Amino acid sequence: MPKTFLIDTTRCTACRGCQVACKEWHDLPANQTKQRGSHQNPPDLNPYNYKIVRFHEHLDENNNVVWNFFPDQCRHCLTPICVDIATMAVPGALVQDEQSGAVLVTEKCATLSPADAKAVADACPYNIPRYDEKTHMLTKCDMCIDRVSAGMQPMCVKTCPTGAMAFGERKEMLALAQQRLEQAKKRYPKAHLVDPEDVSVLYLLAEEAEHYYKHAAFG
Amino acid sequence: MTNHWIDIKNSDAILIMGSNAAEHHPVSFKWIMRAKDAGAALMHVDPKFSRTSARCDFHVPIRSGTDIAFLGGMINYIINSESWFKDYVINYTNASFVLAESYGFEDGLFSGYDAATRTYDRSKWAFEWDSQGAPVRDFSLQNPRCVFNVMAKHYSRYTLENVSAITGVSPENLMKVYEIFCATGKPNKAGTILYAIGWTQHTVGVQNIRASALIQLLLGNIGVAGGGINALRGEPNVQGSTDHALLYHALPGYHNLPLAQWQTLGDYQKANTPVTHIANSANWWSNRPKYVTSLLKGWFGDAATPENDFCYGLLPKGEKGADYSYMYAMDRMLEGKMRGGFIFGVNPMNSFPNTNKMRAALDHLDWLVVGELHNSETSDNWRRPQSDPAKQKTEVFLLPSAHRVEKEGTISNSGRWLQWFDKAIEPAGQARNFADMYVPLINKIRELYRTEGGTFPEPLLKLNWTEKYDAGEWARRINGFFCKDTEVNGKVYKRGQLVPSFVNLKEDGSTSSLNWLYTGSWTEEEGNKAKRRDTTQTPMQAKIGLYPNWSWCWPVNRRILYNRASVDMNGKPWNPEKAVIEWKEGKWVGDVPDGPWPPMADKEKGRLPFIMHTDGSAQLFGPGRLDGPFPEHYEPAETPVAKHPFSKQLTSPCYKFHTSKFDAFAQPADPKFPIVLTTYSMTEHWCGGGETRNVPNLLEAEPQLYVEMSHELAKEKGISNGDGVLIESARGAVEAIAMVTIRLRPFTVMGKTVHLIGMPFAYGWTTPNCGDSTNRLTVTAYDPNTTIPETKACCVNIRKIDTLTEIA
Repeated sequence: MPKTFLIDTTRCTACRGCQVACKEWHDLPANQTKQRGSHQNPPDLNPYNYKIVRFHEHLDENNNVVWNFFPDQCRHCLTPICVDIATMAVPGALVQDEQSGAVLVTEKCATLSPADAKAVADACPYNIPRYDEKTHMLTKCDMCIDRVSAGMQPMCVKTCPTGAMAFGERKEMLALAQQRLEQAKKRYPKAHLVDPEDVSVLYLLAEEAEHYYKHAAFG
Repeated sequence: MTNHWIDIKNSDAILIMGSNAAEHHPVSFKWIMRAKDAGAALMHVDPKFSRTSARCDFHVPIRSGTDIAFLGGMINYIINSESWFKDYVINYTNASFVLAESYGFEDGLFSGYDAATRTYDRSKWAFEWDSQGAPVRDFSLQNPRCVFNVMAKHYSRYTLENVSAITGVSPENLMKVYEIFCATGKPNKAGTILYAIGWTQHTVGVQNIRASALIQLLLGNIGVAGGGINALRGEPNVQGSTDHALLYHALPGYHNLPLAQWQTLGDYQKANTPVTHIANSANWWSNRPKYVTSLLKGWFGDAATPENDFCYGLLPKGEKGADYSYMYAMDRMLEGKMRGGFIFGVNPMNSFPNTNKMRAALDHLDWLVVGELHNSETSDNWRRPQSDPAKQKTEVFLLPSAHRVEKEGTISNSGRWLQWFDKAIEPAGQARNFADMYVPLINKIRELYRTEGGTFPEPLLKLNWTEKYDAGEWARRINGFFCKDTEVNGKVYKRGQLVPSFVNLKEDGSTSSLNWLYTGSWTEEEGNKAKRRDTTQTPMQAKIGLYPNWSWCWPVNRRILYNRASVDMNGKPWNPEKAVIEWKEGKWVGDVPDGPWPPMADKEKGRLPFIMHTDGSAQLFGPGRLDGPFPEHYEPAETPVAKHPFSKQLTSPCYKFHTSKFDAFAQPADPKFPIVLTTYSMTEHWCGGGETRNVPNLLEAEPQLYVEMSHELAKEKGISNGDGVLIESARGAVEAIAMVTIRLRPFTVMGKTVHLIGMPFAYGWTTPNCGDSTNRLTVTAYDPNTTIPETKACCVNIRKIDTLTEIA
């Protein structure tokens, strides 16, 4: 039975504990960032950030401010197209772990040509993998496979102070997602789950995905 | 907090005001979200739409520095709409107390004002006394001079129109908050107010909180589950440091600093021990002499005897009216009246207002000792930008200090829980915790006194001191010991054994305790209660998330303060579904009650619930504050307006300020500085950032100083998102990156457009290219009660600049 995340954005306060904890667990160095007129920093996923919180603000139909937070990470698709594309060039460059459903980059990934690596990244419906020029590897969330294999929660989930994130067996997470969705709909009539049939990371959004991030949903 | 973190989940309405809880106390939102799940209304009233606002039902923008107007309007609404909880107000507050003729209020000034000293003669704010010396009370509230009616008249000026005009909040938004929050004035409903330094850092900081107290008392929200006035405090351990008086005006356990006019312990005790003439008032502070004597025994041990006044004479005495706060210390430094000093656990050269002044003041020291994790703007002040190190005379000693995780001890959380933490790792290099710096230092000084003598060696030589610091030993000293064999309830405690409760502390010198509030935290029977992690609870306690066996809470493990006000005169909970305590079969069940006495219905043994007040009643009329018995709106020391609707008194008549050449102020409605600046912190950096700027992964997330502003202001000033800008006040100029956002909007104040901008204060020059102290802009004006600076509101201007020197 694959594992699944639930990310209930209606409970997220964008504290970015997940973003920083992810870096800490994976021992990723800090980027030299700059203030560019946004709290979203680093501005995008990169080889040293497998997870970032995206910020998006807009005015609703009543002219009220809405500020949405989107902790962005690999969705660990149930049928991962990145694995298919990579396999055509280098079998085993990307694999799907049978037990957890985690989509993982292997050492063989470094043997992908830059063009093939780009093709793999471009194929991602959620714009996730990033190419590391130094190591020639594709980089992205690995579901904390080391922790999960040892029976622990992914670092981001463990860090979340508000209960916005949960992780567990897919069946349980789907049930929890439905329960949370019912609750959220009372306050947010447009609340919905993003692509729940296709991914292992269930995002619960309060309104249309376009108000979060252009790649929040596929299609 | 009167209540505690978990208890927030019991609220029906949560008003977050003067706080950005989601960003600065992230864990609070765990419990706020639980309340929301259960249907609670969540409101954020704040100048800026923040991450807190994003999770609330709605956000109400308010011009910084106008909270009392907003809250005064709510008080007026409560009275006019009769939303107040009558049984509670009449029985448990001083609403019925009749005011003496000497009390008056006219055009913004209370009676007794002396303009020359900017102080009040508070004896004018008195009650009428009966022949026994007790206040005259009119429980029918018919007397026009009873507190309730005087209060109603006071706030009748706070109409929607007036409040809206000065706060910049629309009448619709005012009504929305008033109606939702005041719906908790019913016995089965509770509303909580969460605040932080957004309320305290004003020239009317104390009165902001007083205003919330009036509201919560009128609605019957104090003492109940899901209610209270909850100051959110966190990792800086403000709760613990306040309890233990890391302060200049108090001794540990909330006792006044001894003054020169109290030369003997008898003088001190007499002046500081209140007497009540109300028969059913517990007047808990009548016990103060027991706590003060035990404190002296804790400090001086066997050297403290009845014959020598328990060494009271060795304590330093303050002068009446003198201000020993940090702000005044910096002023004295500037005047060359201080030669050296120790600065630990604070980075004033970044976090204090008018930082240019502070930095110049520090130059006057001959020597400075700083205890820090990293080099800071304070330790390295001598080599700051535009300073010539060759001309600096200050010799600086930087003592590397241990990080929180490199030491063991206790922290008192916001809910007053005492929690023990263990040392995770050894301090790196030569780093030590503060106590391991101080203890050997004091021992060295003691040795010098012993061998070489000196002026007045007794205060140090008679100290009940230690050779080597041990956290557990000091936690036990705080709890306190018996100084001679003593029998308590049939059990004999030997000299040197721990005192089980503060009710066992004595005035005769037979007990010691470094803080009476913490007596009972470490006992012979149960050991170190700060280590308890037991979730056992009764079904009644489970209903409100009360865990009496998890850690320990002052006082006497009482989790919700003033909980006797959560029950009626017969001891029955106002809200049986969320009962805090209940009188059942002749005893209290639930939380530890505020005192053992039976309910008020017992005319002989019952006691009024507000036991820390001399007269047992909560103070709607509060004559103890220096700047007035009722909160009144005054503009910040720097204001964008020249008048307000409530009186001709534009600013607080009592606020404190300095007059050095650095302490310039903008004029009211100054065209040179038309924009309101408010300052704050953020999740990613901790306070002034001295620690977190040295954590690369946090600096990555918030790398440089920014200024948040509206699209409207940006357009007016020709500023685009991401541009470099210069912000200027009467005191200094600061570079920042413009963050243009819909989360800030212009206000309409007294008919004109007022812009407000916001900046964090977490950046300083020791972190390269990130920007420098925002506080170079803020104002050296202070609340008269606390001397807290008004860093939340001052006046500035802003313009685009092409070349940045502080940010790259």
